[in-house]
Amino acid sequence: MGLTLIQKSDFPDFVQRLTANYRVVGPVEIGGGHAFRDIIDPSTLRLNYPTTILPPKKYLLPQRETLLEFNDGGDEDAWAVMDGEPTVMIGVHTCDLHAILLLNKVFSTGQVDPHYIHRRNQTLIVSVECLTPCDEQSFCKSMGTLTIDEGYDLHITDLGDTYAIDIGTIRGKELLRSAKTRPALQKDIEQLNSVLSEKWPRFPYRLDFDVSDLPSLLSLSMKSPLWTELGERCLGCASCTIVCPTCFCFDIQDEIELDLQHGSRVRVWDSCQLDQFATVAGGHNFRKKRSIRQRHRFLRKGKYILEAHQYLGCVGCGRCARACLVKISPVSVFNELNRQQEIVKTP
Amino acid sequence: MIADLPLIPEYQRVQADEQIYLPRKARIIDCRQLTSLERVFTVELPPDYPFSHRPGQFVEVSVFGIGEAPISVSSSPSRSDGVIELCVRKVGNVTSALHRMRSGATIGIRGPFGRGFPYEKFRGKDLLFAPGGLGLAPLRSLFNQVLDERALYGRVILLYGARTPAELLFKDELKLWQARPDVEMLLTVDRGDESWTGNVGVITTLFRHISIYPRNTIAVTCGPPVMYRFVLMELFGRGISEGNIYLSLERRMKCGVGKCGHCQINHVYTCQSGPVFSYAEIKGLEEAL
Repeated sequence: MGLTLIQKSDFPDFVQRLTANYRVVGPVEIGGGHAFRDIIDPSTLRLNYPTTILPPKKYLLPQRETLLEFNDGGDEDAWAVMDGEPTVMIGVHTCDLHAILLLNKVFSTGQVDPHYIHRRNQTLIVSVECLTPCDEQSFCKSMGTLTIDEGYDLHITDLGDTYAIDIGTIRGKELLRSAKTRPALQKDIEQLNSVLSEKWPRFPYRLDFDVSDLPSLLSLSMKSPLWTELGERCLGCASCTIVCPTCFCFDIQDEIELDLQHGSRVRVWDSCQLDQFATVAGGHNFRKKRSIRQRHRFLRKGKYILEAHQYLGCVGCGRCARACLVKISPVSVFNELNRQQEIVKTP
Repeated sequence: MIADLPLIPEYQRVQADEQIYLPRKARIIDCRQLTSLERVFTVELPPDYPFSHRPGQFVEVSVFGIGEAPISVSSSPSRSDGVIELCVRKVGNVTSALHRMRSGATIGIRGPFGRGFPYEKFRGKDLLFAPGGLGLAPLRSLFNQVLDERALYGRVILLYGARTPAELLFKDELKLWQARPDVEMLLTVDRGDESWTGNVGVITTLFRHISIYPRNTIAVTCGPPVMYRFVLMELFGRGISEGNIYLSLERRMKCGVGKCGHCQINHVYTCQSGPVFSYAEIKGLEEAL
């Protein structure tokens, strides 16, 4: 919808104005790393940050959210709870935005999830163009998530003294109404183009094969010995899925107040890596082995989710590899599966 | 403020959408103890609940304060006018709480969910039912549907096995079915007792007592996971084709709406594509059986 520019020195003022009408969240420095937090003081916002432990998914699919409340005091009744408030999410990396596009699809396909959509509808996204790789674990370029041209309301690229802001939606344009911006000139567009073309070679390809081959590679790898090896290493701690921007599996639990009259039904994150995930009431566990749970995770990421929703379930952010206590990394898993298939193919 | 701004068109339509996690209030109007662990609840649905189910579909049953559990509807559509029957084994938190409830108590119901039996396709065919244990609960819905339109089907054969005579479900109905000339029924138990004069052995030991015409037979089975491979071997041995064998699979269907992930069999969400599958549909799925 157009490109506009804002002086970096005017940016804090823009954010400050947003806080009057919205909950503003973004990356801040914390404990030697970065995390998405509420922004009260715009000077704490860090747009040039490597990555966060938890993805901004937590504002759209909170770790714990109330779906219903009920009372049980003789006149049992239950009602839906629709939480969420007008929110601006600033500083979303493009990998995380690709993940949000997938979540949008998941929760609006088939039976529409009103709780997710209610939050999503009230959330504006200001994403940032990454200009350097986060660290050696990120493989966004291999997964095709190094940039994005949809899903944001505003998209920021750092041009030195100014931010170039691409306006993605009418809502994004409205956000800028009170900001001190100026229209982009030909020289700004040229500068943006050179920043974008200079960034490209800074990011390595880390998969040894093209990502479009990933689904077929995985379907050929159902019986790979690698799953057994991963199963022996994996501790079943579920850190990988907890930090994943695309994981959306959940559990639903009832909580009752001390008065034993009122309670709520809450949705909490769950993980296919936990041993009870596929256990039915009688005690039978349909994915008892960690090797099979790891296989399920990687097949979901690279194949099942893609087939169901047309978006890859892995965006290459590298969070799972950073979080893993036994150093299971998707890059090495996918490359090793590829190597095993190469051996099979070689006569 | 955002409220004054146009919504992203893609998401706009869901603003007024229905609450998929909000159960409807329903009332238990009868409960019958079947065995020491299983009880049948007759549940009255609210008059404005547009509930119609297929045999094999399930509902999410809420006991507020405890949680939800997926339970198959045990009554047939032909006998479920605003009232459904749920056969519940006391095995987890929610089912134990249900077992403490009596007539008049309120529970929550969501659903029906999933894909049931395509019984219209079974018309004109011989039907072979082979439930094991609690597997009779979902198959009873189909069985009674068939009996209520009996003239539309060929032979109706029921081979039913339980661990002990005391664990046979729906004994009153078994007697009625046994007495019908248009139903061929054989029972077995893994372990008999002093009063048991019937067959002793696992369900597959019944197959030798029946003859079937495989080209015109639909087989329907449901039971504990360990049972399937043996029953399937018998059915294949009889020449019944993979597409004519139907199974109802058990999984932990937590949300019922294809989101939460617990019921996945490889890429298949059981709550959406199942719980009823033909064997042809699941034979390629590593995690199915």
